[in-house]
Amino acid sequence: MDGSQPDPPVDPFAGFPAASPAAIGGAWQTPGSFGAAGRGPRLLSGGGRRATVISTTSTLVVLGALVAVFLLAPGSSQVRHTFFNPTDMWQSFVGDPKKGYYSVGEAIWLNIRMFLAAEVLILALALLIALIRQSRSPVLFPFRVLSLIYVDFFRGVPLLLVLLAIGFGVPALRLPFVSTQSAAIYGVATLVLSYSAYVSEVYRAGLNSVHQSQVAAARSLGLSQATALRHVILPQAVRNIIPPLLNDFISLQKDTALVSVLGAIEANEAAQIYSSTVFNYSSYAVAAILFLILTIPLARFTDRLIDRDRRRRLAGAAT
Amino acid sequence: MTGAGGMPDPGVPDPGKPDPGMPGTGIPGTGIPGPGMPEAAAMSGTAIRIEGLRKAFGANQVLKGIDLTVSTHEVICLIGASGSGKSTLLRCLNLLEPISAGRISLWGQEITAAGIDQNLVRRSIGIVFQSYNLFPHMNVLRNVTLAPRKALGTPRLQAEEEARALLSRFGLLDKEAEFPDRLSGGQQQRVAIVRALAMRPQIMLLDEVTSALDPELVAEVLDVIRELAAAGMTMLIATHEMGFARDIARRVCFLEEGRIIEDAPPAELFTAPKDERTQRFLRRIIAAGRL
Ligand SMILES: Nc1ncnc2c1ncn2[C@@H]1O[C@H](COP(=O)(O)OP(=O)(O)OP(=O)(O)O)[C@@H](O)[C@H]1O
Ligand SMILES: [Mg+2]
Repeated sequence: MDGSQPDPPVDPFAGFPAASPAAIGGAWQTPGSFGAAGRGPRLLSGGGRRATVISTTSTLVVLGALVAVFLLAPGSSQVRHTFFNPTDMWQSFVGDPKKGYYSVGEAIWLNIRMFLAAEVLILALALLIALIRQSRSPVLFPFRVLSLIYVDFFRGVPLLLVLLAIGFGVPALRLPFVSTQSAAIYGVATLVLSYSAYVSEVYRAGLNSVHQSQVAAARSLGLSQATALRHVILPQAVRNIIPPLLNDFISLQKDTALVSVLGAIEANEAAQIYSSTVFNYSSYAVAAILFLILTIPLARFTDRLIDRDRRRRLAGAAT
Repeated sequence: MTGAGGMPDPGVPDPGKPDPGMPGTGIPGTGIPGPGMPEAAAMSGTAIRIEGLRKAFGANQVLKGIDLTVSTHEVICLIGASGSGKSTLLRCLNLLEPISAGRISLWGQEITAAGIDQNLVRRSIGIVFQSYNLFPHMNVLRNVTLAPRKALGTPRLQAEEEARALLSRFGLLDKEAEFPDRLSGGQQQRVAIVRALAMRPQIMLLDEVTSALDPELVAEVLDVIRELAAAGMTMLIATHEMGFARDIARRVCFLEEGRIIEDAPPAELFTAPKDERTQRFLRRIIAAGRL
């Protein structure tokens, strides 16, 4: 203890100096940092016409060069025939049960359904695990240990192995109900188990990013632990982790393709069936394009959310 | 606010001598008259009684036996060097820190006893921190109405009406839609005070509320505190503003190493301190040009 120092007080509870009261929030908390117009950064707008011309030109040059390399490569026509044949692409997209292959375009719906189901369950399970791991109560000690083991295990074991273990192991147990589900259900279960381990760590980082003084402020007002968590801590934590969270979900969208190893007819499996029936890989290009159509909007949506949050805060401040 | 209101039922007899002025029912208002703040404080007698309070963080003994009695409507300033335990004492009073030994009573009701509902106690003791600690994801109005709505169950419209009354009282009405990071430090600190007042506490604890402010913003916050004092709010104020302490406090307590070394009216403590340690502290303050 240092009682003999005459210099200005240092409060151990004070998180941040007056100059940066918003330091805890990260990027979403700095409205106006992209200019007074209150708009987020645009992909192509560097400011002014001249910049637009330059960026357009450079984009065209780069794209042109890439296309040229592709077209001029010695094996180009062969690759175009096996991977990007328009007829095969169309046929695999619409499918033809009589010829023994499924529609990739239809199969992608299974990916979407698996993704959506898994996403909701992951958000809930991961939050639960994160909260248990953050808890202090001695009563929860065994649960803390269990969730630690859980996170270590599922982050360490490759998703594919978990998928095989569950997809083939659980049916082999011949339990009523549990062992008689579809490949897609086992796939979703695996994705939830595996991804919740990652996402719980993202949540935990988010919870830790909210300064302890916020908890103190909320509790000092007489709010219960649960209310403080719900209205003060979680909203700030979640805002801070939206980008990494959505990143994980972009991966999740792609990883639904792994469920093909269990024989579920999702896009990847449908593409594979097509290619082994017709001996042309264009079906994979179709699947790839469909996955891009799914993931790119999610990426843009992430940007939008961050942007909207900032705009709303600016609008609120303007009145 | 309803009958049982912000305080646990003070039915348990004070183990010390009972306070003559203790009202039978639990609830006074806030002591602040004016719009949105009806009845003046009905309580009297001893508001806070701290007995043998000790607090250790691990092996670090921070509070080493604090005894302090605060009367209703009294304003007491805590002064002392950095690390002497002022913040810790205030946080213990608000039950933000579990205490190691001793007891704290409010109007005769021990709040450090087992089985006390801490949330209920905290509603009657507001605390304001040096670093404001406003909720950055909510605008001013929601910052102020959150606790009344979620802890007291006040309907939204009523909570907002009361919040606006308080905000306008402290010159912040035009800021209700702003987010905290768009406010000056002084405005943020005033909002933090209003947020605490919105729970209609009977006691306010202020922990160096001006220390993080630029010098030109200190006055506006001190004015708010003066207004609270004039309205009869019971307050315990940790501060480094000696001039302000001399001005506003009925009593000033000098803390050193977790003990109250001297407890006297400001006129006495600042001009004729009895304890040699107080004298040393004040000499240093004067040398630093802060008195
Ligand atoms: N959460 C904590 N954990 C461990 N030690 C703590 C904690 N909070 C405070 N302390 C210790 O308690 C002592 C007193 O701190 P406190 O903040 O109460 O002093 P203070 O009088 O408010 O000082 P200042 O004038 O700088 O605000 C310090 O030595 C500090 O390191
Ligand atoms: Mg302090």
